[in-house]
Amino acid sequence: MGKDFEGALEGLESGPAPSDAGAEATRGAEADPSSHPSVAALREVFGGAILHHEVQAGDEHVVFVAPDRCKEILRWLRDAPDHRYDLLLDVTAVDFGGGRPLQLVYQLRSIPHKRNLRVKVELPLDALEADSVVDVWPAANWLERETYDMFGIRFRGHPDLRRILMPENYAEGYPLRKDFPLRGRFSRAEQTRRALMLDMESDYAPHELAVAKRVAEREAAASNTQAGGA
Amino acid sequence: MATKTVEYLVRRNPEMGLDGRPVPAPIFPAGVEPELEGEHMLINIGPQHPATHGVLRLVVELDGETVVRCTPHIGYLHSGFEKLGEYRGWNQIVPLTDRMDYLAPLIYNCAYAMAVEKLMGIEVTERCKVVRVILMELDRIFGHLLWLGTTAMDIGATTVFLYAFQERERIYKLHENYTGARITTSATRIGGMMADLPVGWTEQLQDFINTLPRTLDEIETLLTNNQIWISRLQNVGAIGPEEAVAYGLTGPNLRASGVPYDVRKDRPYYDYETYDFDVPVGEHGDCYDRYLVRMEEMRQSLRILQQALDRLPDGPINVDDPRVILPPKTDAMSDMESMIHHFKLVMEGIKAPVGESWFSVEASKGELGMYVVSDGGSKPVRWRVRGPSFVNISALPKLVEGHLLTDVITINASLDIVLGEIDR
Repeated sequence: MGKDFEGALEGLESGPAPSDAGAEATRGAEADPSSHPSVAALREVFGGAILHHEVQAGDEHVVFVAPDRCKEILRWLRDAPDHRYDLLLDVTAVDFGGGRPLQLVYQLRSIPHKRNLRVKVELPLDALEADSVVDVWPAANWLERETYDMFGIRFRGHPDLRRILMPENYAEGYPLRKDFPLRGRFSRAEQTRRALMLDMESDYAPHELAVAKRVAEREAAASNTQAGGA
Repeated sequence: MATKTVEYLVRRNPEMGLDGRPVPAPIFPAGVEPELEGEHMLINIGPQHPATHGVLRLVVELDGETVVRCTPHIGYLHSGFEKLGEYRGWNQIVPLTDRMDYLAPLIYNCAYAMAVEKLMGIEVTERCKVVRVILMELDRIFGHLLWLGTTAMDIGATTVFLYAFQERERIYKLHENYTGARITTSATRIGGMMADLPVGWTEQLQDFINTLPRTLDEIETLLTNNQIWISRLQNVGAIGPEEAVAYGLTGPNLRASGVPYDVRKDRPYYDYETYDFDVPVGEHGDCYDRYLVRMEEMRQSLRILQQALDRLPDGPINVDDPRVILPPKTDAMSDMESMIHHFKLVMEGIKAPVGESWFSVEASKGELGMYVVSDGGSKPVRWRVRGPSFVNISALPKLVEGHLLTDVITINASLDIVLGEIDR
């Protein structure tokens, strides 16, 4: 009993422990490609870049693709007339802990063809980079920012890759990683000290600071003219 | 820098002289004013501002009164729910879900339970299905009424706010009579509900169904053909169907743009295909169409509620599955096996098989996706909420571009956001 009670407090300092079952595998069994029309077509067009295909929870098709061709594949999925995944529902990531690669997850929906598809990319912990799909779906903008904020995956070509939920000067790392402790990495005292040291400029985006700078320059110039005129 | 000279300003209101008689308005030269055309300024709205519906902060770059660029800043309510979920058992996550969308909490409770049940391969009972449909449709009305009241208030119609909140109060009472809480309902459990409906609840709901249309009619009389309402809403914040889909809008915001995408029709869950209801669709995608779509959705939800009440079957509300459902309390107190069963379920928690599942429901604000990943244990590896408000609000900069500052408030209100779920 006492041990179970302590168990509820674990992870405050170290990050969540793997649950008691602790399955090692992060992939399911290979599924029959003909069971989903888009997967069959993907295999035909992209061949070796489609690494794995599995079915989860009965009817959810998951495709693992090669990281370097991911954007190309996603763009094809959006544009191919027989597939047309026009709605990007979600971009997120899954960390299984134990040094295993992070999974970057794209949840797609085709409104015209009434189909769902989940595309996954496995990124090793030392190469957390992916191509941004903001120019394919504008909806990816904030979703990628959140994934970057929470997992530290950098999206190449993102127009405004800043933290979104955490403050811009947050220095404790990426909260949804498994090695991140529940209460954060810094002590309470250090967190308070940093909060008090906050600079007002960190509440603004770079382009906003640029506008503020122009306004300040204009006002300085105006007061100079007035002083000169008087 | 260009300057222009304003020669004279006439003071409009005559001032009172010392003897009490009005003094003729003086005319005086006003001096030099700088020419500000083409010069931008920043306005900071929020985070504590009544028209941002929570702690949303908008920094607006203005040219005169026209918005050049708007940047929402979020995260002021960030509570790390998804991280907390990784430390909790499957049933212990339910209370976190209703704290996200506290304006329609039961939809979030149900969506989470459905995702886990799908992962575990549990089919809930017929009665539970119908009860969940009732609760979700009730909370759709609950969310839309709040949207209606606050939006009307943002635009200046205080009466509508009072009418809408009077009706919401009745839903609060229904929540309270069933779950014991007005907002933080936490009504679902994996495999069923926390309890069956109490005696007299369906009659109370029937009374609500009978009388809500009258209030809706009254509100529509006040608003739909109101000249101020029309001129503040029509052609404001319009977005076309292709763009709306590309920006990830879902729910009433997407349907107002003319895309008939509703998860209840597209991928029916809980026998939604057997209910007779229509999906209202707009054609202009502006704030006015979003208003019309939501008003009609409330009436359609009432239709579904009536059908669900009529077909509400008898029978157990929880599945007969000892893996997830606690034994009856009387058994646990008198029978050794039941007590051990109860103890194990509470202390070890229920276990979900290895795998993952994604479940989408049509929430009041759009498509709500719950994504759970399990490694076979009693806690999730990952619990992800695809909140509709989060994606909807990310389209705000696009929607307000080129509009006036006052329209920012209107457009933001018309998107129907809830910050608890945006920040999570």
